[in-house]
Amino acid sequence: MTLDPIRKAEQEHFRTLLMPTPFHPRLAPLVETQSWYGWAGMLVAHSVFDEELEYFAIRSTAALFDISPMIKYRITGPDAERCLNRLTVRDVSKQKVGRVQYTAWCDDEGHVLDDGTLFRLGAADFRLCCQERHLPWLLDTARGMDVAIREETQEIAGLALQGPTSFAVLSKAGFDGVEALRPFQLAEFDHDGGKVMISRTGFTGDLGYELFVPATAALSLWDRLWEAGRLHGLNAIGYNALNRARIEAGFIVANGDFVTAETALRADRVRMPDEIGLDWLVDVDKVQFNGRSAILAARKNGTLKHVLVGLEIDDNTPAEAAIVYHGNKREVGLISAAIWSPTAKRNIAIASLERPYGSEILDDLWVEIYALRELKYHKMMKRARVVERPFVKLARRSANPPARF
Amino acid sequence: MQKYDVIMIGGGHNGLVAAGYLQRAGLKVVVLEKNDWVGGAATSRELTEGFLYSNCSYVCSLFRPEIMRDLELPRHGLQIISYDGGAVFARNGDYLGTYRDHESHRREFARFSPRDAEAYDRYSRDVTRQCRFIQPLLMRTAPDPFSFRPRDISELVYLARKFGDMGAADMAAMMRFWTMSISDYLDEYFESPVIKASLAISGIIGTALGPKSPGTAYVLLHHYMGEVDGSVGAWGYARGGMGAVTKALAASFQSVGGTILTGSEVDKVITRNGRAIGVALANGDEVHADRVVSNADVKRTFLKLVDEKDLPDRFVHRVRHFKMRGSSGKLNIALDSLPEFPALPKDSRCLRGDMHFTDDLERMERGYDDWKAGRWSADPFIDMMIPTTLDPTMAPPGKHFMSCFVQYCPPQVEGRDWTDADRDAFAETVVSQISDYSPGFRDRIRHMEVRTPRELEAEVGLTEGNIFQGELTFDQLLFNRPVPGYAQYRSPIDGLYICGSSTHPGGGVMGAPGRNAAAEILRDAKMKPAQMREAHDVL
Ligand SMILES: Cc1cc2nc3c(=O)[nH]c(=O)nc-3n(C[C@H](O)[C@H](O)[C@H](O)COP(=O)(O)OP(=O)(O)OC[C@H]3O[C@@H](n4cnc5c(N)ncnc54)[C@H](O)[C@@H]3O)c2cc1C
Repeated sequence: MTLDPIRKAEQEHFRTLLMPTPFHPRLAPLVETQSWYGWAGMLVAHSVFDEELEYFAIRSTAALFDISPMIKYRITGPDAERCLNRLTVRDVSKQKVGRVQYTAWCDDEGHVLDDGTLFRLGAADFRLCCQERHLPWLLDTARGMDVAIREETQEIAGLALQGPTSFAVLSKAGFDGVEALRPFQLAEFDHDGGKVMISRTGFTGDLGYELFVPATAALSLWDRLWEAGRLHGLNAIGYNALNRARIEAGFIVANGDFVTAETALRADRVRMPDEIGLDWLVDVDKVQFNGRSAILAARKNGTLKHVLVGLEIDDNTPAEAAIVYHGNKREVGLISAAIWSPTAKRNIAIASLERPYGSEILDDLWVEIYALRELKYHKMMKRARVVERPFVKLARRSANPPARF
Repeated sequence: MQKYDVIMIGGGHNGLVAAGYLQRAGLKVVVLEKNDWVGGAATSRELTEGFLYSNCSYVCSLFRPEIMRDLELPRHGLQIISYDGGAVFARNGDYLGTYRDHESHRREFARFSPRDAEAYDRYSRDVTRQCRFIQPLLMRTAPDPFSFRPRDISELVYLARKFGDMGAADMAAMMRFWTMSISDYLDEYFESPVIKASLAISGIIGTALGPKSPGTAYVLLHHYMGEVDGSVGAWGYARGGMGAVTKALAASFQSVGGTILTGSEVDKVITRNGRAIGVALANGDEVHADRVVSNADVKRTFLKLVDEKDLPDRFVHRVRHFKMRGSSGKLNIALDSLPEFPALPKDSRCLRGDMHFTDDLERMERGYDDWKAGRWSADPFIDMMIPTTLDPTMAPPGKHFMSCFVQYCPPQVEGRDWTDADRDAFAETVVSQISDYSPGFRDRIRHMEVRTPRELEAEVGLTEGNIFQGELTFDQLLFNRPVPGYAQYRSPIDGLYICGSSTHPGGGVMGAPGRNAAAEILRDAKMKPAQMREAHDVL
């Protein structure tokens, strides 16, 4: 009954409820606010020094955000493409090596299990990044195929470098050739005796990149960027600032703006892609993928119940978690994310509405805002209009070659 | 001679719950309890100085918060405290911990299987979904599908509507849940033997079935249905031991004028013209009342306390065949110091929760095989807890009370009655298993109470020592519990009711049978409860 020392060491995890990410030694001294929280069991900061100023780092200079806790799966083998084609709603055979797809995957009923980004590293080598955990689902999908699936969240450290000077930072850091990266394109670069994968992706709607390295090379990568960023306004940021930027960009968050099918306790809370604004991802020409027939049937029979929309609301009080009404009376939905947008100078929100509200009926929508001000609620009914997402569209995001600021 | 409105035979927790509601509604109630203390299978007893034993039930989750509130139990001293996790010790020296913290729980599972670690969320969602359906049924009288009375029909409609709200997939899942073995059910989610062993525990506890027996998936659900302060599925300790539950119930009952007579064993229910009018005590005294309610199990009530000739044949036949086979025993141990488990890392919180030594389902099933052959398990399954790691009221500082619930333990040993030597040999099997994982364990033992089905039956009156007053298999639930046509707490004898765990929704320290029975009795008496909250929604 003596256990080997490795196994014994692995038992010790219970002493640390929130694990440090590979960047923690660099990040921790910067986090003046000490506003730590848990993301997938890892330590992440809500803010680093000032949420407001961090937001402006994203929109005016450059921001560094630790995305290591993002769940990552590596899918490799001759059938990797086939497997992912069955898993996801987009056509992976159209995804070239070196490209990134924003995608989603569904259960057999067509309900969204998660959304995420799929990186094609090689002909038979993919990385899938997402919010929730799906190993059993992925392994089941791969049954009978020649493919290996591994969770690699801990092994791979990730950073999002976002903002108008992000390209300048990378090029200053010596990542030659990074200027050739177009949006949703990735490439490998030398770093610290190994490789770093850099993709022109992000969650801010701004010019930006994401970088992935083995956890062992995390600190050297941080140092390299930090040094390069000194003259380009590089700031470390927390999630709150990122969240503002992502709302402006109109991006949705799993289990924030929609409930994932494997976590929903209530049968009516699940959503099809068309109900969370992801209908454009679904490639109906693809013969076979999980949930296909259910999605097609729902479209054909008109049984889609919900719709996700962007709202613009009168005045400037953010309508977080507010109920949406039609004609001041009828409850038609809920707001899942809302901010005053500093960049658009609009009061914006992402909402989930019950069709036909938000799909056919667009007028006479109202939101009920309760603003707690010095122990008194200011109750307001404000006019809401369905508007296009993204709320903020920046030319620099997709400019080629990327600008230096 | 005192005349009462209601006689309650037995002061188990369900008897006290029903008595509490009835007294508060304005009826004059007397509780007649054969033991010198109340509580039945929910008691705390000081059998050695300074130590309180939860000597039957030992953890609390199922007890309905609505009842605590209606009967003001917190005011009468009841506190339920949550605990963190537990552990399964593995034969190779490792252990699987369980934690309230989601990520710790996942990381711990991942040490055994990365796949299982990520399968747990779906598993717990699926189980919780089933609980959400079934939990509201606990606090409602089960409909009688054959009566065609408006009330029964509307209850059936309620059920049908609940079914209707379920999707086809959920409904299929439910049927499977009600009929599958816990082993098959877990196989659909998990691959690691130790993880499966850990999760199967709730499927077999108190049940004369093995993990591979159909129906054990439902037993798991029954144990998952509880909550501690809204946290569904969580378990806690009653501060002061499980006797704290019945102590508070007794105090609440007495505070509104109820009478409890302990040391008063009922020998017979007295009937006149087919109606119960009172009881005869073992000491020859009689007590009369308009109604008699029995908290004793269905067999004891109708095969011992009532004359068979007063009952229809079919009914007696059904009662005889109601399954209540004893399958468990218990050791209550006073310890001079906290035992050490070298497999657990220093300061592990798992010591404060439930601990087990059965690391795969095969061993569990072999243990059940022994039971089928009429022997106690040579390699038993133990649910071991040390409540004094959290509750300072049950032992002097530094000393501990350990509760060991043991399976399997047959009502008879190879067809003959238990002897003291059997009992001691049974205890030795348990102590020796613990000692394998805890060096020096024996030396810490200061006092030990050993309970086989023989002791449980003799003291608590549980026929065959079945801890739930009848097995929780699907053939014995809802409108079939305890007897089809008599699932609404009434009996073939006018004025005689039953309210113990033999009735819907079944065993465990839950209080729901007692509450539902009180509702039916008040309905017959055309009275209203002073306060009887509906089961709160599982939102
Ligand atoms: C060893 C063991 C461990 C358990 N562990 C747990 C647990 O951890 N958690 C949990 O929720 N549940 C547990 N249970 C189950 C739970 O304790 C019981 O289901 C529940 O307490 C039964 O309550 P009751 O009021 O229905 O009946 P009982 O508690 O059986 O009460 C019946 C009462 O009637 C009295 N009585 C019987 N005959 C007569 C008579 N002729 N005259 C007068 N009085 C009479 C008895 O003495 C007793 O007090 C356990 C049970 C046992 C035995």
